[in-house]
Amino acid sequence: MSINTEATPYCEDAIKKFAIAAVFWGVVGFLAGDFIALQLAFPVLNLDLEWTSFGRLRPVHTSAVIFAFGGNVLLATSLYIVQRTSRASLFGGEGLSTVVFWGYQLFIVMAALSYVLGYSQGQEYAEPEWAIDLFLTVVWVLYLIVFAGTIMKRKEPHIYVANWFFFAMILTIAMLHLGNNLAIPVSLTKSYNIFGGVQNAMTQWWYGHNAVGFFLTAGFLGIMYYFVPKRAERPVYSYRLSIVHFWALIFLYIWAGPHHLHYTALPDWAQTLGMTFSIMLWMPSWGGMINGLMTLSGAWDKLRTDPVMRFLVSSVAFYGMSTFEGPMMSIKAVNSLSHYTDWGIGHVHSGALGWVAFVSFGALYDLIPKLWGRKEVYSLKLVGVHFWVATIGIVLYITAMWISGIMQGLMWRAYDSLGFLQYSFIETVEAMHPYYVIRALGGLLFVVGSLVMVYNIYKTIKGDVADEAYASATSGAR
Amino acid sequence: MFKHHAKIETNIFFMAVGILLTIVVGGLVEVIPLFSIESTIEKVDGVRPYTPLELAGRNIYIREGCYNCHSQMIRPFKDEVERYGHYSLAAESKYDHPFQWGSKRTGPDLARVGGKYTDDWQVRHLINPRDVVPGSIMPGYKHLTRPLDYADIATHLTVNRMVGVPYTDAQIASAKKDVEEQVFSDVGSSPAVLASYPKASLGKASIGLSTANPKVVTEMDALVAYLQVLGTMVDFKTVDDKLIRR
Repeated sequence: MSINTEATPYCEDAIKKFAIAAVFWGVVGFLAGDFIALQLAFPVLNLDLEWTSFGRLRPVHTSAVIFAFGGNVLLATSLYIVQRTSRASLFGGEGLSTVVFWGYQLFIVMAALSYVLGYSQGQEYAEPEWAIDLFLTVVWVLYLIVFAGTIMKRKEPHIYVANWFFFAMILTIAMLHLGNNLAIPVSLTKSYNIFGGVQNAMTQWWYGHNAVGFFLTAGFLGIMYYFVPKRAERPVYSYRLSIVHFWALIFLYIWAGPHHLHYTALPDWAQTLGMTFSIMLWMPSWGGMINGLMTLSGAWDKLRTDPVMRFLVSSVAFYGMSTFEGPMMSIKAVNSLSHYTDWGIGHVHSGALGWVAFVSFGALYDLIPKLWGRKEVYSLKLVGVHFWVATIGIVLYITAMWISGIMQGLMWRAYDSLGFLQYSFIETVEAMHPYYVIRALGGLLFVVGSLVMVYNIYKTIKGDVADEAYASATSGAR
Repeated sequence: MFKHHAKIETNIFFMAVGILLTIVVGGLVEVIPLFSIESTIEKVDGVRPYTPLELAGRNIYIREGCYNCHSQMIRPFKDEVERYGHYSLAAESKYDHPFQWGSKRTGPDLARVGGKYTDDWQVRHLINPRDVVPGSIMPGYKHLTRPLDYADIATHLTVNRMVGVPYTDAQIASAKKDVEEQVFSDVGSSPAVLASYPKASLGKASIGLSTANPKVVTEMDALVAYLQVLGTMVDFKTVDDKLIRR
């Protein structure tokens, strides 16, 4: 792909805003996460106030990292990529994309405030009440118009593969959001979902798992398909693999929802379908991983010399790891142990921190210098510091959750020699304490890493260049 | 196959149609039959709509995000059945909008917590869990001692009826009165609310609190009434095993 940047003036005002918002909400979301992690280790931190209890703050954390951090990263990168790969400026220009920006931020603020104040639909990752849902729908349709409109005015004959993934993400999220939030209002702040019980469970996890599958996977694969080849200065490994894994991924993902409902009152046929498709999903997932990793063929040295590349490549490796773990956990026999425990939390975070956040960091470190006309980030050395601090944080986090999850699962089902349940529930809670402390420590490292990024990006935008020989940036890598 | 893909990747309308057709299949196959296959929801007796007070309590349960740490879905395993009681049936949450099966047990499952503890225990536990369970990591909910706002409770019942919960006109008409009757009737008495909603938990849960105004319905009263009915509606001694086998 050859791009003549002089021929096409790109719209970048809103993209700059999205990028800064992504960094800001990232720190907020990570901090919120670490705070609620500490609440589980030290319940006094709930402060016995209604606005600060775990139950109200956990949705603040999940929405802040998924929709605020992840969403702003997706909006920034997709609108950046679609212009460059289409050789066209944004449809609707600076104006419409800026409306999308402020609309999306307003959605985030309204959602977070509503949880803290006690307004919630009570469905995970779909907590905002109906009025906020409707508002988001309008913003999302405007985003679709900007994105698809830009593709329609493209000067390149082909739609670049990254855009397939963004486009599928935008369309599918729209469908899921509308399908899962069908509700009849009682008042401005309260509604009842039209589905109840088992049907509501199915639609919720049809939505919930595909928020993961499309928002956190397809969209971020779009990021991978632009920034990995760009940074490696190599073409995507296999065009055919892109086609196969794209269609297989979006087809299979939708079916995987019932693995969140194994052994529940959801009928067995639906559980088995969910399990089967979840296992099949392993293949297109690894198709994407292979396509990303093999793009580095002939450029593997960059892993040593370029810490931004290190973020991107590690993210794909984490993607491979969590998309193996996921299908494994969807097998009913494994799920009978892992479900309801911290193992699930660990799994989510190896995907969210290792894959989503790392590919985002890699993209932001590449994107922000370009947006502000800098040659490179302020300090690549600090990118390396961020990488290692965050990686150690993730390792602490997920190992702590593996141990606590598997241990608690085993304790729940343990019998003593007389045939009685060996542990009371509270004993299994007390056994979690050291792992909750370790997890919070891992989370803290992740927050610290993100603060290093904030400093680095601040200096980059300011126009500073660290006084470091490029080679020294790699001295920490080894 | 790959050369034909060029048609899709050079035309955004073909691509949009292709994506929509691809993503819609799984959802249709998994969701629609749940509404049409009759055995999805077991035919068991006893499951009734929530009393207005229980419904208000359930909304507090949702408001506080209890589902973030408590499941309401007992799986058919020996240890779960021994720890929590009979495995959960789809029928038991058929009037739940939204469902609250949960996905994480930071605290224990609550599907059958009804009747396991006294009202007084529940109240003290909610105010400060560590007063009754020293190792607990649950937040305290002092603010639930404030009065319950139930002025529009009849509208809540009406909307529930619109989404399929079979509240009768009489039940909707007496919703506000039923809230008060459930709280202010003595345990063991038989007020009208009990005829309309069997097994409802009577009495003022938060009566033991020194701060409580005995004449006011509190959020605590509502939440405890909800917790006390959880999992108690179906009498498993009378259920035909074949209907609920899994």
